[in-house]
Amino acid sequence: MEYFLQQLINGVTLGSIYGLIAIGYTMVYGIIGMINFAHGDIFMVGAFIALILIVALGLTAATPLLLLILALGLVLVIAMALSAAWGWTVERVAYRPLRGSFRLAPLITAIGASITLQNYIQISQGARNKPLQPLFSGGFTLAEKTSEQGTFAVQISYMQIMIIVTTTVLMVGFTLLINKTSLGRAQRACEQDRKMASLLGVNVDRTISLTFVMGAGLAAVAGLMFLLYYGVIDFYIGFLAGVKAFTAAVLGGIGSLPGAMLGGLLIGLIETFWSGYFSVEYKDVAAFSILAIVLIFMPEGLLGRPEVEKV
Amino acid sequence: MMAQNDSLFTASLKDAAAGGLIALALFGITLGMRADVAAGLGGQMVIDYRWGAVAIIVAIVFFGRLALNLFVWKSDKPVTQYFSTLKPKPGAGSKVGAFAKPALLVLAVALPFLLMSYYGASGSRRFLDLAILVTTYVMLGWGLNIVVGLAGLLDLGYVAFYAVGAYSYALLAHYFGFSFWICLPLAGILAAFWGITLGFPVLRLRGDYLAIVTLAFGEIIRVVLLNWYNFTGGPDGISGIPRPSFFGLEFERGENGFAAFFGLDYSSIHRIIFLYYLILIMALATNFVTMRLRRLPVGRAWEALREDEIACRSLGINTTNTKLTAFALGAMFGGFAGSFFATRQGFISPESFTFIESAVILAIVVLGGLGSQIGVVIAALVMIGGFELIREFEEYRMLVFGLLMVVIMVWKPRGLISTRTPSIALSGKARGISADLVQEGHG
Repeated sequence: MEYFLQQLINGVTLGSIYGLIAIGYTMVYGIIGMINFAHGDIFMVGAFIALILIVALGLTAATPLLLLILALGLVLVIAMALSAAWGWTVERVAYRPLRGSFRLAPLITAIGASITLQNYIQISQGARNKPLQPLFSGGFTLAEKTSEQGTFAVQISYMQIMIIVTTTVLMVGFTLLINKTSLGRAQRACEQDRKMASLLGVNVDRTISLTFVMGAGLAAVAGLMFLLYYGVIDFYIGFLAGVKAFTAAVLGGIGSLPGAMLGGLLIGLIETFWSGYFSVEYKDVAAFSILAIVLIFMPEGLLGRPEVEKV
Repeated sequence: MMAQNDSLFTASLKDAAAGGLIALALFGITLGMRADVAAGLGGQMVIDYRWGAVAIIVAIVFFGRLALNLFVWKSDKPVTQYFSTLKPKPGAGSKVGAFAKPALLVLAVALPFLLMSYYGASGSRRFLDLAILVTTYVMLGWGLNIVVGLAGLLDLGYVAFYAVGAYSYALLAHYFGFSFWICLPLAGILAAFWGITLGFPVLRLRGDYLAIVTLAFGEIIRVVLLNWYNFTGGPDGISGIPRPSFFGLEFERGENGFAAFFGLDYSSIHRIIFLYYLILIMALATNFVTMRLRRLPVGRAWEALREDEIACRSLGINTTNTKLTAFALGAMFGGFAGSFFATRQGFISPESFTFIESAVILAIVVLGGLGSQIGVVIAALVMIGGFELIREFEEYRMLVFGLLMVVIMVWKPRGLISTRTPSIALSGKARGISADLVQEGHG
């Protein structure tokens, strides 16, 4: 039972990170109906920007807590802004000229953009793993069990609390943004009918750009959390995280914002429990198999709408 | 007039400045600061500053954009207008192609002898190895072209079939001692079988979902190969894969060897030349089968499917079966190429079958022009051969691949060699249509 609880906490933490990335996929898919294959790599770039800033500012576990939190806030804002610039550029250079082209074209440029970003970071930052000493340590002990093997304590670390809280706040903020603001309304209009929206005075190109910018910003948040939680990144993390986040978006129903979050949580939980109870080696196979199974048997996902194919 | 020029200049300057600022935002931190583990400081991270590189990139973006604005985009008389007169007329490409194809073929067949006469047996080894590598990629490109170029299905896990072919041969040879010539067809059949098994459930999906599922499948195969230690050797791979024989003659020193049988002096280059011809024949067979199939109803159906899936369905074409044949055939050729790869290397491990490999093959197909056979050859020659010759730029290869995939798709969505002969021409005159004339259906 204690082991289960611990896995549950770890799974929710991991799922929060996946969920944040999945929002980027689901928003872009919702609005222009394409898989932004480079999104996972934007997440990776965000993690790298955060790492460079943390090292440059000289933040360590010895930094006073209040200062550390403020500095991390600054790192987060800069990383979000710069990743957003990357997201905007990718959309502007690789996707916008291809609107109205044949359907494989934007997908191929997306793969090209993903390869480019990965190799750019590999060349500019080096191929080696980048470790980061943990900035926060400690946490709450929720339960303890003593057996002959020793003591097993269920712990939730401050880091995990921070990740879950930040994700929840961002989720609530985003839901409000989409449902209450004029930008969100423009986005939903573009989602339903781009031509009609442009006739009614919605700047479609700008709305699409902003969608990419927001998705990239959230990916940067996820990147910072990944960096702080795992303490090591390399130029290749975007690939696996990207595929898993996409799986989350599909599982939750692509195009649906709460679906992305739900899918992220489920994928995080499945992956953690799979590694905890079956085998660590095959945890990626589990995630990939879920992707295939969901797409084949339930392509509209848990909370999505069924897609109608139009001529 | 003067005022107009002035405003043009200020507008261009503003635009260029914005471009420069964005470049600064993009590259300032990721290129200008490099976080790395410091040597000898107990694993502490330090930053290397490289502001020079950032300044160069920002300057390139600024002045490049300024020049483009002044002379091309906003100018009344763009400099590029003179380029359009240089554009070949529609149909000219197929004439060049008609001449280039036999010439390339003759060159490919004569290549070992040309190399041998220039560089001698030991000097030409390096070039022959390179030729084998390029031809392998040409074959893979042609195999994938059936799936992506003809049928319009984006397969991001093509390397999985390559891996199935390679491991089929390696494992059959390892556990049962089968020879290459028995395993070659078996590897193809097994790969095609995997293609059907995978394709059957997923081919009903939309194009982009299919891409992701094939990607996932490619990774699953690799992870299984990596972790099934008892059977596949895991990360250690399989070594000692037997070499192919020439009608029972081994390429070795001694009485029963190839050299002794034909009364030649033994030389290790014989085996290399044999491997080169082997892969050349396999590649040409791929091309031949593809070209013939394009004339059959199934080939016509592939191309129709690529252009408009809904129209195909309305006309009563069984889209699932049509896709399945393309998928299985592409997989089969991937399997053949895989077993060749295994026998050439003598050693395989999951390292050789990563997603990057799929991306390279796809890039070759895309750069060459989706559906163009000669384009694949040229792309493979330039991208694989070119980068092997200039080793210093090896690490930039994938970066260039990625950038080119974006640039080519934006600039010429049908690939560099985009002039294709249509399979069916309604009037006798319309022998070649350029990409500009082809309207896309949005399936």
